[in-house]
Amino acid sequence: MMSLEFAVAAALFAGVVAYAVFGGADFGSGFHDLTAGGARRGAPLRTLIDHSIGPVWEANHVWLIYVLVMWWTGFPESFAAAMTTLYVPFVFALIGIVLRGASFAFRKYSETLWQAKLFGVVFATSSVLAPFFLGTIVGALASGRVPAGGNGDPWTSWINPTALFTGCISVGTCAFLAATFLTADAARRGETALTAKLRVRSLVVGAATGVVVFAGLIPIEHDAPTFWDGLTGRAAPVMALSALGGIATLVLLWRRRFGPARVTAVAAVAAVMAGWGIGQYPWVLVDQVSISEGAGATATLQGLLVAVGIAAVIVGPALGYLFYLTQSPEWNGEAGGGVKADEGGPIRRPASHWSSRLGG
Amino acid sequence: MDATQLLAQASDVVAAADPAGLMPARQQMALSLGWHIILACFGVAFPAIIFVMHLRGIRKNDPVALNLAKRWGKVSAVLFAIGAVSGTVLSFEMGLLWPGLMGTFGDVLGLPFAFEGLAFFLEAIFLGIYLYGWGKMPPKLHLLMVLPMAITGVIGTYCVLAVNAWMNAPTGFDIVNGEVVNIAPWAVLFNQHAFLAFGHMWLAAYMVAGFSIASVYAVGMLKGRRDRHHRLGFMVPFAFATIAALAQPFAGHFLGHDLAERQPAKLAAFEFADETADGATPLTIGGIYVDGEVKWAVEIPYLSSVASLNSFTEPVPGLDQFAEEDEPPVNFAHYSFQAMVGIGLLLLAAVALFWFLRWRKRDLLENKWFLRFMAVTGLLAMTAMEAGWIATEVGRQPWIVYGVMRTPEAAADHSAGLWAVYGGSVLLYGGMTIAAIAILRSMSRRWREGAADLPSPYGPKLLAADGPVEVRDCIDEKDGADVKDGADVKNGGVELDDAAVQDGADAQAADSEGTAK
Ligand code: HDD
Ligand code: HEM
Ligand code: HEM
Repeated sequence: MMSLEFAVAAALFAGVVAYAVFGGADFGSGFHDLTAGGARRGAPLRTLIDHSIGPVWEANHVWLIYVLVMWWTGFPESFAAAMTTLYVPFVFALIGIVLRGASFAFRKYSETLWQAKLFGVVFATSSVLAPFFLGTIVGALASGRVPAGGNGDPWTSWINPTALFTGCISVGTCAFLAATFLTADAARRGETALTAKLRVRSLVVGAATGVVVFAGLIPIEHDAPTFWDGLTGRAAPVMALSALGGIATLVLLWRRRFGPARVTAVAAVAAVMAGWGIGQYPWVLVDQVSISEGAGATATLQGLLVAVGIAAVIVGPALGYLFYLTQSPEWNGEAGGGVKADEGGPIRRPASHWSSRLGG
Repeated sequence: MDATQLLAQASDVVAAADPAGLMPARQQMALSLGWHIILACFGVAFPAIIFVMHLRGIRKNDPVALNLAKRWGKVSAVLFAIGAVSGTVLSFEMGLLWPGLMGTFGDVLGLPFAFEGLAFFLEAIFLGIYLYGWGKMPPKLHLLMVLPMAITGVIGTYCVLAVNAWMNAPTGFDIVNGEVVNIAPWAVLFNQHAFLAFGHMWLAAYMVAGFSIASVYAVGMLKGRRDRHHRLGFMVPFAFATIAALAQPFAGHFLGHDLAERQPAKLAAFEFADETADGATPLTIGGIYVDGEVKWAVEIPYLSSVASLNSFTEPVPGLDQFAEEDEPPVNFAHYSFQAMVGIGLLLLAAVALFWFLRWRKRDLLENKWFLRFMAVTGLLAMTAMEAGWIATEVGRQPWIVYGVMRTPEAAADHSAGLWAVYGGSVLLYGGMTIAAIAILRSMSRRWREGAADLPSPYGPKLLAADGPVEVRDCIDEKDGADVKDGADVKNGGVELDDAAVQDGADAQAADSEGTAK
C-alpha cells in the first residue's frame, strides 16, 4: 500500500541505494589507491583514480546529505535516536569523509611527491574507514539495536556480529564496484597493462566480497532474528538477484566484457542494499519504530515529496549530463599516450613528461 | 570588583550551561560553522566573479582575463572541496549535538534543508563539469556551466538562512499540551525574516569573497607587480565587493528593524541598554556590562533609538526588564555587534572614497596606503561576518529556538568527554587550514614561476630527473584548453601572479578568530 510515509521512506531509501552505488564506487577507489603499491608502481593506477573520480566525487557525495536530510525531516525522532546511540561510528565515518575529501583535493594540487604521498595515504585510508563505519551503522539499525528513545549502548550497538559484518560488506562492495569501474575506464583509455592488472583485482575482490556477503548471513540468524526473517522471506528474491549479478560480473570480467560488467556490478550492489531495505521493512528502527509510527508531520512529508519531484526533474538530468561527459571521448581522449584531441590537433605532450615513461 | 565579578559572570554562564556536554557542543558548533561559513562565502560568490572574468575573456578575446578565470577555477576547486566536507560535518552535527532540536522540530525545519540539499547537488554537478571542462567543451557552453553554480549557491544559502531565521523568529507550528502540532513547513521556508536575513548574508558573502580576492592582488601590486593581470584581478572582485559594501548597512538596518519585538533581550544586549531610558536610548560605545550596569562607556544621545527603532523618543527596552536566566551573554553580543557595524561602515567609506576619487580622475591604486588597507579588507570582511553571526547566535541565547526551546534541552546526553572530540576537531580544522594554505601558496608560486598547469604528482622522483617545472603538464589539464579558447596563455607574455595565496591566509586568520571566540 502506497501511503505518504511509505513514499517518503522509499525516496529516502532510493538515496541510500544511490549513495551505496555512486559514493561506494568513490570510496572503493580509495581501497585500490591504498593497495596500489609504491610510488612508481602505483602511479598509473593512482592517476587513473584521480582522473575517474575527480569530476564526480563531490556530486556523488551529496547523496549522503540527501539521505540525512530526508531522514531527519521525514522521521525526526528515529534520527535523533540513531544519532544519540550510534554517535561513535557516526563520528568516525564523518572523520573519514572529511579527511578523504580534503586530502583528495590537496593531493591533486600537491607540489612535491612527499606531499602527494602524505595526502594520498590519508585519502586512501580514510576512504576505507568511512564505508566501514557507515556499514556498521546499517548493521546496528537492522539488528534492532537502536532503542526508540535513543541513548542506546554506544558500543555494543555497533560492535556486534551483524554490524561488523555489514561494515566489512560495505568495504567489500565499495572496492568491488570501484574495481569494475576502474577496469572499464582503463580499458576505454587503452591502458592495456593497467587494465589487465585491474581485471585481476576485480575478480579477486569480487569473489571475496561475495563470500563475505553470504558468510555474513550466518550470524544474522541468531544476532538479528527479525532482520533474518525479512531477508530470507520477503527479500529472498532480491538476495538471489544480487548473487546472480555478482556471478555475472565475474563471468563478464573473466571474458573481458568490461562495459557490461559495470552494469551487473551495479545491479548486484543495488540488490544487496535493496535486500537490506526490504528485509527490514516495515521498520525504521527494527523492532522499535515502524515507518508509519516514525513519520513526521503530513505537510512536511508532502513538502519532501515536492522536493524529491523537483530533484528528479532537475538534478537527474544534470547528473546524467555529468556522467555522460565524463564518459565521452573528449574527456578521455588523451590518456592512451598521444591520442588526438578533438579539433585542437595533437596534444602537446613533452617527451620528458614522466607519464610517457610509465607502462601502458 | 571587576575581575572577580567577571569570573562570577563567566561561571554563571557555565552553570547555566548545565549538561556537561553542552559547553563543548556549543564550542564545536561555533568552530565548525565559523569555519564552514567562510568557505561557503566563496562557494556563493566566487562562481559569479569567475563568470564575469571568464565572460570578459571570451567576449574581448582577452588572454589575461581567461587566464585569471582558469586559475580562479582551480583555486575554487580546493576551496569548494573543503567547503563541501565541512558542510557535511554540519549535517552530522545537527543530529549528534542537538538531538533534542532535531527530534522535536526536525519536521518543522527540515524542508528548507531538503531544498538546500537539492541546490548543493546541482552546485556539485556543475562544479565538476566546469572545472574539468576546460578545453574539453565548446568555450561558450563551458562558460555557461558556471551560471548554475552561481544560482544554486544563492538558493542553498537562502534555505540555510531560513532555518536560522526560524530559530531566531520561530513560525509555522503550534505547541499544544507540549506537542508540536499544526506544522506548516512552507511558512518556515518563506517568511519575511528569512528574506531579510538572506539578503544580508548574501551581501556578506560577496563582501568576503570580493575583498579577499582583491586583497591578493593588492598585495601583489604592493610588491611591485603592476601589470594588467593584477589590475584586472583586483578590479573585478573589487567591483562586486563595492556593490555589496554599499548595500550592506541598509540590509542590516532592515534586518534589525523588528528586533525590539522579535528578540528584545538581544536588542538590549546589542545596545548595552542596562535600563529602559526615559526618552531615546543613547548609543553606547566602549564600556563593560557588570552586575546589571554598563560602566565606563561613552554615550552618544539618541543614536541607539534612531538606529534600531527609527524613533527620537522611544527607548530601547532595557535589560532590567528580563529575568537573569533569559539574558544572553551581554558583553559578548554587544562587542560582536559593534565590531560588525563598525567594520561595515569603515568598508563602506573606503569603497565610496575609491570611486569618488576615481570619478575625480585620481587613481587610489597608485597609493601605497590605500593598497595596504585593501590588503586587509578581506580579513576585515570575514571578521565582520563572523562577528555578525556571533552576535546573532550568542544574542539568541539562552534559547535555541527563541522563546520555545532552551539550548540545554536540545543538547545530547553526552558527557564532558565531548571536549576530547572538540580538541580533535580543533586539530582537524587547523590541519585542513594549514594544508589548504600551503597548497594554495605553492600553486601560486608555481604559476608565478611559469608553469601554466600544475603537475600530476603521482610518480616517483620523476620530476627531478625530468628538468624544470614548466614541462610538467597535468594530464587532465591539457594545453589544448589554451589553444582552443583562442588564447595561448603561455606565450601571451602574461606576467604571472601570486593569486590565491592571500585568501587562504585570510581564511586562516579569520578561522582562528572564530575559534578563539
Ligand atoms: C560582511 C559582513 C557584514 C557587515 C559589513 C554587516 N553585517 Fe550585519 N550581519 C552579518 C554580516 C555583516 C551576518 C554575519 O551575515 C549576519 C548574521 C546573521 C545574518 O543573517 O547576517 C548579520 C546579522 C545582522 C543583524 C541581525 C541580528 C539578529 O537578527 O539577531 C543585524 C541587525 C545587523 N547584522 C545589522 C548590521 C548593520 C546595521 C550593519 C552596518 C554596517 C551590518 N550589519 C554590517
Ligand atoms: C544558517 C545557519 C546556522 C544554523 C542553522 C545555526 C545553528 C546553530 C545551532 C543549532 C547552534 C547551537 C545551539 C545554541 O547554542 O543555541 C548554534 C550555535 C552557535 N552558532 Fe549558529 N547556526 C548557523 C550559522 C552560524 C554561523 C555562520 C556562525 C558563525 C560564526 C554561527 C555561530 C554560532 C555560535 C558562536 C554558536 C554558539 C552560541 C553559544 O555558545 O552561545 N552560527 N548555531
Ligand atoms: C549561513 C550559513 C551557511 C551558508 C551560507 C552555507 C552555504 C554553503 C555553500 C555555498 C555550500 C557549497 C559548498 C561550497 O561551495 O563551499 C555549502 C555546502 C554545504 N553546507 Fe553550508 N552553508 C551554511 C550553513 C550550513 C549549515 C548550518 C549546514 C547544515 C546543517 C550546512 C550544510 C552544508 C552541507 C551538507 C554542504 C555540502 C554540500 C556538498 O556536499 O556539496 N551549511 N554551504
